[in-house]
Amino acid sequence: MRLNRLKAMAVKETLQVWRDPRSLLIALLMPFMQLILLGYGVSLDIKHLPVCVFDREASQNSQALLKGFQASEYFTIVEADANYRAVTTALDRGTCRMAIVVPPDFTERLTDTGASSIQALVDATDTNTANIATGYAQAVVGGFAANVQLEAAGAAGRPLQVMAPVALQSRVWFNEDLSSRNFIIPGVIALVMALVGAELTSLTISREWERGTMELLVSTPVTPMEVMLGKLAPYFIIGLLDAVFCLAVGVFWFGVPFRGELVTLFIATSLFLVVVLGIGYLISVNIKSQVGAAQIGLLVTLMPTTLLSGFAFPIDQMPLPIQGVTYLVFARYYITALKALFLKGSGLHDLAAPLAAMAIYAAVVAYLAARAFRKSLD
Amino acid sequence: MTGSGKNDDPVVAENLVKRFGTFTAVDRISFRIARGEIVGFLGPNGAGKSTTIRMLCGLLAPTEGRATVAGFDVTREPERVRERIGYMSQKFSLYGDLTVAENLRFYGGIYRVKSAVLPERMRFAVAMAGLAGREDALVRSLAGGWKQRLALGCAILHRPPILFLDEPTSGVDPESRRRFWELIHTMAEDGVSVLVSTHYMDEAEYCNRIALIDRGRLIALDAPGELKRRSLDGALLLVECDTLGPAIAALQGAPGVREVATFGNTLHVLVEDAEASRVTLPPVLAAKGVHVTRIVPIAPTIEDIFVQLVGRNAEAA
Repeated sequence: MRLNRLKAMAVKETLQVWRDPRSLLIALLMPFMQLILLGYGVSLDIKHLPVCVFDREASQNSQALLKGFQASEYFTIVEADANYRAVTTALDRGTCRMAIVVPPDFTERLTDTGASSIQALVDATDTNTANIATGYAQAVVGGFAANVQLEAAGAAGRPLQVMAPVALQSRVWFNEDLSSRNFIIPGVIALVMALVGAELTSLTISREWERGTMELLVSTPVTPMEVMLGKLAPYFIIGLLDAVFCLAVGVFWFGVPFRGELVTLFIATSLFLVVVLGIGYLISVNIKSQVGAAQIGLLVTLMPTTLLSGFAFPIDQMPLPIQGVTYLVFARYYITALKALFLKGSGLHDLAAPLAAMAIYAAVVAYLAARAFRKSLD
Repeated sequence: MTGSGKNDDPVVAENLVKRFGTFTAVDRISFRIARGEIVGFLGPNGAGKSTTIRMLCGLLAPTEGRATVAGFDVTREPERVRERIGYMSQKFSLYGDLTVAENLRFYGGIYRVKSAVLPERMRFAVAMAGLAGREDALVRSLAGGWKQRLALGCAILHRPPILFLDEPTSGVDPESRRRFWELIHTMAEDGVSVLVSTHYMDEAEYCNRIALIDRGRLIALDAPGELKRRSLDGALLLVECDTLGPAIAALQGAPGVREVATFGNTLHVLVEDAEASRVTLPPVLAAKGVHVTRIVPIAPTIEDIFVQLVGRNAEAA
């Protein structure tokens, strides 16, 4: 391997990326767009869920209960309906995701029997949201019930003591605000790396075939190793720069905590880049058209990174066979490392397992990539 | 190398064969090129010229036979070969999105031209290509002739002793073609061996030797003059007449006539004896209603030789 050949290759590749609007767009604009879209657009938190109410009693009691919903930050009452048809329509149209119906004998039964109930109709097209919303609704109703008991006790002259046999005092760790942004932003780094690796690298060899420059390149004494390293070096740098950009925007703009060490992040990111760049390069060597290579690149890197890495969908809630598949998804290890680095502040030895998995992956891919390109037109 | 005489030839091809599936693109081609010699590959498109050149550059593996370039076997030591050759492919293959200087610098780096001499070599290449002052122009914005000369400039940056030029002048205007050949001659005078393919028959005259290739076979290999003198089996008459079609029909099979070929709006007729046929043919044509305006003996061109040899090759095939 000759350093000056490698350098000539890297300089050439950089110039080509610099002059190719599509590559530039992927390298510079994509990370920005992903951060904005996923940072602002995607929130798995449930806040201000639109709720409609149908108060069939319209008493002081029922109003007090509904005020509880209005006061909660999880719900926003968007309309008050006068009949069931209006409630159904609102749910059908999606103007509300939950409807609270207070029965006409709500207070009566409460005073007579000491127990009453209200109805919640939940739009469960998104089961996750429905589950969480039901939980929050129960909390609101529970708070109301406690108040009722207190008042009843006060009225009866008994001591103001609420019966609470066991109470769960929970404290959440690592993501104290339970903000989904805090685990989405670290994932975006993986997404951006996968995108840069797949999209940019998959074009690098196919471009030479498509434009006819491969013929001359093959006739020169450049070695396959020099071609590979020279071509991938610029994309590695671009990938690292994009990672720094995502980190900065995540921490300084979105206020996501970064509690780990930068060195560990650098090691994890480098390993991940070697894997995605290697895969992009392998695709590029084997698919001679740029469009085909780009599409396959997306398929094998971006798709699993989005769907099977634990980025958006928790792995331990997937069916068992799919969970098994995720062990093959290299992004899984990077996402694990990223989340731990950002939120837990895990150190190098905490992350030994995912880093080792990535190192094995990187070694295998690098080996295959180094052998993939043959200097021949046959 | 200690080999004597011909083993020192920079290019030696022995029974090269290349098959693509059942199609034989190159069929047992053997030849040698001496130091400082220009050998022209002449033949129609698809004859196997490019395939042969690609095998010699190590781009395609020969199915059979062997070749050495600069003393190295092209299959066993392709990288040694590649360090010692300059190649210009048929299709333009420099980087269009790089500038003139960037392309030169890239190939300078790939061929490991010493940085101390690279600026000087680049200046030479730019001047040779007539691109002085346009070093920073993107290559895709250049016209055909400049692109071709720049491609040659890139191919000679590392001063290779052997040049393979595959149709370097196709699609280039006559003036550029002439300049191109002057450059090739200058390099040959410096000892560079050149293998150049072309389908412009007139360019054959610029070569020291010509290899006529047809259907994958080498059908003749000689100096242009020798080729004309030896290969032509008979003498050539130029016939000018009012209608070509009936004239060809009348001449084919006429006594003493071997072959008839059209050249523009005239006929080249290969005959056994020029003087005899000059007398006997006009009546034969007149009998078919063809009026002859001129009938004279002419010296054959390479094209005449080519037409005749290809005809023989087709009969043999």
